[in-house]
Amino acid sequence: MVTVNAARVERTLAQGEDVAFGVRNLSFYYGREQVLRDVTLDIPRRRITAVVGPSGCGKSTFLRVLNRLYELTPGARAQGEVWFSGMNILDRKVDVVELRRRIGMVFQKPNPFPKSVYENVAYGPRIHGVRRRAQLDEIVERALRRAALWDEVKGKLRRSAFDLSGGQQQRLCIARALAMEPEVLLMDEPTSALDPTATARIEDLIAKLKADYTVVIVTHNMQQAARVSDLAAVFLTGGVMVEYDVTKKIFENPTNKLVEDYVTGKFG
Amino acid sequence: MTENHGRAPAVASWVGRRWGRAREWIARGVTWGCASVSLLALGLITVYLFCEGVPVFRTVDPLAFLGGKAWFPTSEPPSLGILPMILGSGLVTMVALAVAVPFGVATALFIGEVVPTVFRNPLKVAVELLAGIPSVVYGFFGLVIVVPWLEALLGLPTGQTALTAALLLGVMALPTVASLTEDAVAAVPNAWREAAFALGATHWQTMRTVVVPAARSGLLAGVLLGMGRAVGETMTVLMVSGNSPRFLPSLTSPTRTLTATIALEMAETPVGSPHYHALFAVGTVLFVFTLLLNVVGDMVGHRLGRHG
Repeated sequence: MVTVNAARVERTLAQGEDVAFGVRNLSFYYGREQVLRDVTLDIPRRRITAVVGPSGCGKSTFLRVLNRLYELTPGARAQGEVWFSGMNILDRKVDVVELRRRIGMVFQKPNPFPKSVYENVAYGPRIHGVRRRAQLDEIVERALRRAALWDEVKGKLRRSAFDLSGGQQQRLCIARALAMEPEVLLMDEPTSALDPTATARIEDLIAKLKADYTVVIVTHNMQQAARVSDLAAVFLTGGVMVEYDVTKKIFENPTNKLVEDYVTGKFG
Repeated sequence: MTENHGRAPAVASWVGRRWGRAREWIARGVTWGCASVSLLALGLITVYLFCEGVPVFRTVDPLAFLGGKAWFPTSEPPSLGILPMILGSGLVTMVALAVAVPFGVATALFIGEVVPTVFRNPLKVAVELLAGIPSVVYGFFGLVIVVPWLEALLGLPTGQTALTAALLLGVMALPTVASLTEDAVAAVPNAWREAAFALGATHWQTMRTVVVPAARSGLLAGVLLGMGRAVGETMTVLMVSGNSPRFLPSLTSPTRTLTATIALEMAETPVGSPHYHALFAVGTVLFVFTLLLNVVGDMVGHRLGRHG
């Protein structure tokens, strides 16, 4: 059990850097239990921001606030502000369907639908009204190429998504999210169910996605955060963000003693 | 006393072990026995049905029996064609399903996907209670309420029609359809719902494009078992369908089903007559049909965890 008495950490971005998410004083509750405490940070556009911390620190919850997916959990409640392209997404008036179209998500375990490879990728465009076959074909191919899966599946688009390997399924889920042309990709421990080879491929892919997308990745794997991210936010038990900085600085010279202990593996 | 000190527990534990082992055997024997009795009962009923049913084919050949348009079992010689009743049962069952399936599936989706968790169990219990109402009560309700109501509404000479029976059977089959569909819906992994929501799907789109397709084998099982319930139901149909065996039944006239035929005529039939055997053959037809429905329903139901 680690108790955290750190002062509140804030990092506002350097002038000229675009902000994708401006999180202000975010607190979060499941019923009476508080899982995030007064989190404030700016997440830059077209960068990879890692959210790291021990299990139960609220990092997955944090991710689910960014696309309001937390609403599916009964009794969940968020407080504070999360600014995304000029709107506070915690505002009840925000159109979540439109919000989630712009913010894609990839989950911990690959969760393709029990449909064909093609239908998985075409799912998003279809429910948002794309009907034309030629257009769907084009969207599916582009998304699969971006997810570095096209060459492996182009001959078997009609096969069940469950015929793919775990790593391929996860890249399919990334393609499914990319098919919506989102601005942001949220990834909740996307490699925790995969073997090292599949993990390496996904990490390569994430690095490439940075050019076009804002990526927020939650991970409990410190090495992964060090390898892929530009910035890292460290959450500790109790849902407090104790440090947020350029990844290199966090790993080489953290300000907070607890963060140093955590990143060097003294607890976790 | 002192010498026996070490021995008494040893004896006790020997007896205990012996008793433990005996209990094991008794338990095994009793469960085996009970299982065998139910299997034996099923076997004997099947054999008896066939033995009493097959002799009808000394009077009429199987094709004329199943495809015959006239049922005059007491004329001389008797006409023993059960096609009117097969069509009657078929019509009533199909219309009952047309009621039970949409309402049952909607009920299941409402309970499983829409209603807050607190109300989920009370609602499930309520639906199951619907299945617990005795069929004679449905029949009575039908006779007193639905029959006069349909008579007035459609301006019919009698409200005792195929439609009346079908409506009541629909309500009776609804819990079967609803509870099997609900189980299948509950077995759909949450990860798929989350994936759909995260792609910007609405609640309705998620149900229609992810939950229902993933639950379809359970849904199909529910439909088949609901069908079995509707085909086999006797008392309600007997009370409200008017029971006149006419070839080519219509929804708005009295209709006779296979089950009602057996129930109506069995008491007045001389044992061993062609009529008697014909009624057993009708029972055999029903038995084979519902058995098939149950087996197929069970098979698709067990594919539930798989996908395809």
